[in-house]
Amino acid sequence: MDFLQILSNAGASLLAPATLAYALAALGLAVQFGFTGLLNMGVAGFMAIGAYGYAISILQFDFPWWLAALTGLAASAVFALILGIPALRLRGDYLAIVTIAAAEVVRLLFLTSAFDDVTGSADGLSGYHESFRGANPIPPGTYGFGPWTYNQTDWWVRIMGLIVLALGVVAVWRLMSSPWGRVIKGIREDEDAVRSLGKNVFSYKLQALVIGGLLMAAGGIVYAMERNVNSGVYVTSTTFFIYTALLLGGAATVFGPLVGSLIFWVLQTLLSNLLPALSQLLPFMTQIQASTLRFILTGVALMLLVIFRPQGIFGNKKELTFVK
Amino acid sequence: MSSDSAPATGATPVKTTGLHVGEAAPGVAKVDPIIVADHVRRTFGGLTAVDVDHLEIPRGAITALIGPNGAGKTTLFNLLTGFDKPDEGTWTFDGHALSGVPAYRVARMGQVRTFQLTKALGLLTVLDNMKLGATEQRGERFWSSLIAPLWRRQDAEIEERAMELLAKFKLDAKAQDFAASLSGGQRKLLEMARALMSSPQLVMLDEPMAGVNPALTESLLHHILDLKKEGMTVLFVEHDMHMVRHIADWVVVMAEGRVVAEGDPHEVMKNPAVVDAYLGAHQDVDLGVVTGRVSAAEAGVSTSGTVDEATIEAEADAELAAEEKRKGKR
Repeated sequence: MDFLQILSNAGASLLAPATLAYALAALGLAVQFGFTGLLNMGVAGFMAIGAYGYAISILQFDFPWWLAALTGLAASAVFALILGIPALRLRGDYLAIVTIAAAEVVRLLFLTSAFDDVTGSADGLSGYHESFRGANPIPPGTYGFGPWTYNQTDWWVRIMGLIVLALGVVAVWRLMSSPWGRVIKGIREDEDAVRSLGKNVFSYKLQALVIGGLLMAAGGIVYAMERNVNSGVYVTSTTFFIYTALLLGGAATVFGPLVGSLIFWVLQTLLSNLLPALSQLLPFMTQIQASTLRFILTGVALMLLVIFRPQGIFGNKKELTFVK
Repeated sequence: MSSDSAPATGATPVKTTGLHVGEAAPGVAKVDPIIVADHVRRTFGGLTAVDVDHLEIPRGAITALIGPNGAGKTTLFNLLTGFDKPDEGTWTFDGHALSGVPAYRVARMGQVRTFQLTKALGLLTVLDNMKLGATEQRGERFWSSLIAPLWRRQDAEIEERAMELLAKFKLDAKAQDFAASLSGGQRKLLEMARALMSSPQLVMLDEPMAGVNPALTESLLHHILDLKKEGMTVLFVEHDMHMVRHIADWVVVMAEGRVVAEGDPHEVMKNPAVVDAYLGAHQDVDLGVVTGRVSAAEAGVSTSGTVDEATIEAEADAELAAEEKRKGKR
């Protein structure tokens, strides 16, 4: 068992594009679920639309990378509107059902062989990196230290991810400390009360759904910038992982989703390395069983979190006192 | 207790009179109506919850809407404020047709309401609850909310007004607490104060006194009378007849979805239709006497004059069922 290697892998996951992607998606979910109270169970669908929008517009229309990224974002905004206009009239739990179904529809549309030419169906899409990597200002070489040693391409993806994440965090923080955020939080508490005070609740909910959807799509795009796009990534369990990351950090906070995603991925990497290594010591588990165990542990962690610490790490302790 | 904030409400509040034109009857025309409703009907399946032919609410006065449980008072409230849509009917507020206008626009026109089950926004602070009540906030628009200098000054003004109102309602010490930490009565006060943040013309209160202790009731009464003094119109639903008699300038009585009587509070409560449908014969007698558990002498009720003890006993059985039912629902 190589502990140093395990720790190094866990450390590297701090700056992995997957972590940044999760942080962005969790930030979007914080806007929708934590602040507005919209139970969106279709996070993976929004991410998929961002990622596919990015890849398809490069492969099909030869867009430069930045225009492709904007296309992915625009597609997610359109998806949010199409989903929101009928579904936001529903109460919380019904919205969850509609969004989970919508995300599955999206995933299956990308998976079906009917659109193989465009979506690559089960193989997914790859080979769209040229434009993004061509724009890389970093000279070729290897930089960094310890577990954070990457070549110019890996750094470019990470820097871009960090910039987008920083912009997202600042925007959400500005929004939530403004009167706009006050209305949004009011809607989470009681829609009718806010309506009786002369606020157009439907419009605010739609705005929150679009903002959250844009951040989720940005996460999907950052994820797609590193590797390939495959519908197998945007499954419902991805949505649950992002919920876990969000609740870990604190649903109604700005930095919670960020820290939650970091912790989530460090633990995931740690466990995925540690458990197979442990299985050599534990005779009742095969290596494959041991690597599945981490998903079981993730599920248990999500349950424990919701039951015992629903406000997360950063959430206001006082809030917990009043959870209904 | 809060007489300092309401100096004009010593012994008896000044009643506004001369509100109607002609005989006081259901649907009577008012001198200056703020709400005019015509043929408003709302059915739930086979049940007709509201069926109002014509109703006018006088401006600048306090109007009470009373009636037995299930009479359609809250449904009428919901219809007038846009929270529910009628099967048919038209109604206007301040001359503007309101049919089909969504609730938030109705509120923006200056007609705000409170709810029977108080809707304090629990995980917002009391101050944030108040600030949410202000209308026309620049910082509530998406793009300008991102640029703080655009709304900061207005927000400070709103905060100042919110603190003034909170002080008036004796909630200023609680400004930074979560609204969820307030007691039931304080939440009623907060809800009323929050509604006032929008400087409304018409305030509609759905059972403002339900579940509020007597001392707090008194201060709520003062606040409602203050609203009238400041030129607002008040329409409220209430079961407490003492309060209705004390502060209402006009009373509308509903039963089974229809307006059965209208008039000055003292006159309307003598109306046999109202007594039958709602009040019962012994509204001023101790409940123990009415139900036959306590004798009138024990309860210290003066039964001299029109009603003697024997009559009470005789009618007690008939009253019992209705009283118990009403009490249960409260």
